[in-house]
Order: sequence, then structure tokens, then C-alpha cells
Amino acid sequence: MVDIVKFLINPFGTMLGGILMLLVPILIGVAYYTYAERRVIAAAQLRKGPNVVGPFGLLQPFADAVKLLFKETIVPSGSSRLVFILAPMLTFVLAMVAWAVIPVGEGGWFAEGPWVIADINVGVLYLFAISSMGVYGIIMAGWASNSKYPFIGALRSAAQMVSYEVSMGLIIVSIIVCVGSFNLADVVRAQQGLWYIIPHFPLFIVFFISILAETNRAPFDLPEGESEIVAGFFLEYSSMSFALFFLGEYANMLLMCAITTVLFLGGWYAPFDVAWLTWIPGVVWFVLKVCVLAFVFLWVRATVPRYRYDQLMRLGWKIFLPFTLFWVIATAGVLVAFGWLPNA
Amino acid sequence: MSTARAISQIFLWELVKGLGLTLKYMFFKKRVTINYPYEKGALSPRFRGEHALRRYPTGEERCIACKLCEAICPAQAITIEAEPREDGQRRTTRYDIDMTKCIYCGFCQEACPVDAIVQGPNFEFATETREELYYNKDKLLANGDRWETEIAQNIALDAAYR
Repeated sequence: MVDIVKFLINPFGTMLGGILMLLVPILIGVAYYTYAERRVIAAAQLRKGPNVVGPFGLLQPFADAVKLLFKETIVPSGSSRLVFILAPMLTFVLAMVAWAVIPVGEGGWFAEGPWVIADINVGVLYLFAISSMGVYGIIMAGWASNSKYPFIGALRSAAQMVSYEVSMGLIIVSIIVCVGSFNLADVVRAQQGLWYIIPHFPLFIVFFISILAETNRAPFDLPEGESEIVAGFFLEYSSMSFALFFLGEYANMLLMCAITTVLFLGGWYAPFDVAWLTWIPGVVWFVLKVCVLAFVFLWVRATVPRYRYDQLMRLGWKIFLPFTLFWVIATAGVLVAFGWLPNA
Repeated sequence: MSTARAISQIFLWELVKGLGLTLKYMFFKKRVTINYPYEKGALSPRFRGEHALRRYPTGEERCIACKLCEAICPAQAITIEAEPREDGQRRTTRYDIDMTKCIYCGFCQEACPVDAIVQGPNFEFATETREELYYNKDKLLANGDRWETEIAQNIALDAAYR
């Protein structure tokens, strides 16, 4: 009985309640992100976008979901069946699992600590491990399809994700040096008063471009470049297995926006420490920041053309990597020189 | 590389300009798409849509079975058979247009000496079966009766340019 009361009053105190309270809004958010993408890109191209299903086309994501559910899943005869079916599941599960360590708020009426499922001290490493595993789903899909375009797409994707993860890692190191903790909630708390986007602005730009590449989004969508390799690694997928890839990809985009919010935009904090702004719950600020970043994803897609593959690699290895390396050293140097090191 | 170019590259100036342009399109430009079934675009008087056979105001059909349209039709979509009527006038007994063959070039309309076969402003005549698109004389005359007002207006509007 006490447990039930505790569950009702403090859902974040229990695993299941927390997971449900996080995953359901995320899935709905992902569904509406696909809708938002179509509307935003349509607006940039002076079109209207989906506006027929429901008011303003708001039921469109559900219509799409129903359509995909009722279609036939086709498994190519030359494919490796088990791996072919496992790949989309892996992609989707990894995109969901990473949310476990993202703190979306703190305090308030139903949780004492940060609003997070797993308040672990190695949250940053966990995120990094999970996002690195994301490439497995893509490689499995490309290999198991036993077809040329998916294979090329998977190879491109693997090379691209590995390249950009290096500079992302160095960016996170610069942040962690300033925070002095791997706990994501501590990262946010360290930004009370001054968000890291201000001292680390160039780093924020580099990080944002890196997450575009990491999530295979335009202008770095070579793994699924329609004009060259049809659809890339998920070319052979149909029905729900395709939907899982699609959801996984969009969930990953939102996840990356959430990570950027935590690392650079002060997580759940209001932009100014003014009473009527701080009165708004932290989770609202968090969602707002994620929405703004998610909009920039779409905005960039509507603006820039696709990179050539060698340009992509050049940007990753010859510009971002030296720059972030320099920034890590510079940050550490400044912190030591002025005696600002945390926990020192 | 000049200094100005280097600075503009470091600050990603081209990128910012491009993003600004798309933002302008997103929020400050009028949409060009229309809500088709509810809104429709303007049609020129010369628009070549669904065919129709016209009548004189007396109700007499215009077609005199000269078969010029049949002869000029590049898709050979028109089939005409004709014989003299009881009053001695030459009239068609059969006037078929295979709308699946028609390429909407408008030559039949140009060839017609009496403005009998015309292409009207209607473009919404999709059907569920192929057979429904094999138009016969009755269907074409019915189209003429249905669209006469619009067709007459379009011919009047375009007369100045002929």
C-alpha cells in the first residue's frame, strides 16, 4: 500500500512509473517531430505540408503509423533473416535507452532530486557508449539486406559516425573539465547563472554540426542520400521494421537536442533568474530548449545542400578534431591558470 | 585567401545568410500551394480540357461530319461515321473520342470549321474504369449542353486573338 501511494505521489521514485512518464511523451514527441518536419520544410518551400488529417493535419502521424502497421513486412530472400529483423529493433531500443540518464527537471512536487530515471555518476560515459552502439544497428541493416545500396549506405554511415564521435568526445571533455563531474544533473547545476553556450560558443556550434553528422541529418545525410543511393541502409525495409528505423532516427535527433540542452543550454534552468521565469517548472524550459534545437535541425535541412563525402571527412578530421583538441587544452589551461578548477 | 574571406569563413557568414533566407521564406512569404479541392487556380480561356460537342441556339447540333478533326487527330483518338439524315443534311451517326488516347493538343478544335468540337474548361473527369473514358456522341453532346455557358464565354474572350 505504501508502495502504491509512493508510486502515485512520487513516480520518479519508482522505475516503471518513471520509464512510462518519460517514454510516452518521447514517443508522442517523436511522432509529432515527423509532422513538424514536414510542416517546417513545406513552409520553407512555400508549400502547405500535411493539413488534411484532423485539424491542421495534427492526426497525420497517427495515420502514418496505422498505415505502416498494416503493411506487409517484406524480408528479401537473399537477406540474413535474423540480423535483418534485429537491426531496426536495436536502433530503436538504443535510441530509447539513452534517455534514461537525461535529467529533464529538478525538485518540485514529485521528486526530491533531478527528474531522471537513472541518476548515475557516469551519465556522460553511458550516453557516449549508447550513442556509439547506434552504428551497429545501421551496419547490421546494411549487411543483412544483402544488397548494394544498403551496404554502401551502412559503410558511409559507420565511417561518418565514428569520425564525428571523436570530436564530440573532445567537446564533452571540455565541458566535463569545467563541471568536475560525469553526472548529467551536475553538468546542469554547474550552469546555474551562466550557461556553457556563452563561454563555449564556438564549441556549441561545432557540437551542433557534429550531432547533425552523428544523426545522419542533412547536410550530412550521405548514408541515406536519396539522389545517390536511393534510401541508404534501410532501403530494403518496409512496414513496421521501416517505422522502427524512422522512429529511432527521429528519437535520436531529439536525444541529441536534449544532450545539447544539458551540456550547453543550462538544462532545466530559466534563461534569467527572474521570479516569473523561475516560477515556470524546469521541465517546461527543458522541453522548450529541446524544441528550439529540434527546429534548428529542420531549418538546417531546409537550407543547406548535401556535403560531398570527402568534404564531410575533411570537416570532421581536419577542422573539428584539431579545433576541439585545441579547445580542450585551452579550457584546461584557463581553468588551471585562474584557479577555477572544480573540486580543487 | 584574403582576410575578409577568412573572417567570413570563420564566422560561417554564408551559412548564416542562407539560414536567414529560409527563415524569411518560412515566415514572411505567401504560400504558393492552394487547397486544391476547395480552392482552384485560374484557368486561361484557351485551357484545353474535356471535349464537348456544341449545338446552335436552336438546339441543332453544329457538327456537319466533315471529319477534319478525325483526319488531323495525331493520336487517332476520334472515330466518325456519317450518313445523310431524313432531311438530306449530312450528320454523324457515330462520334467517338477515346479519351485514353487523346493527348489534348487541341488540333480538333482548331480544325473544326463550325466550332462544333471544342475542349472545355473541365479537367475533373477522372473515372474508375477505362470504359468510362471511351466517349460517344451522346456523352459529348451532353458535355456540350452542360458546359455551353463557359465554353461560349471562353470563345468570346479568345476571339480577339484569333
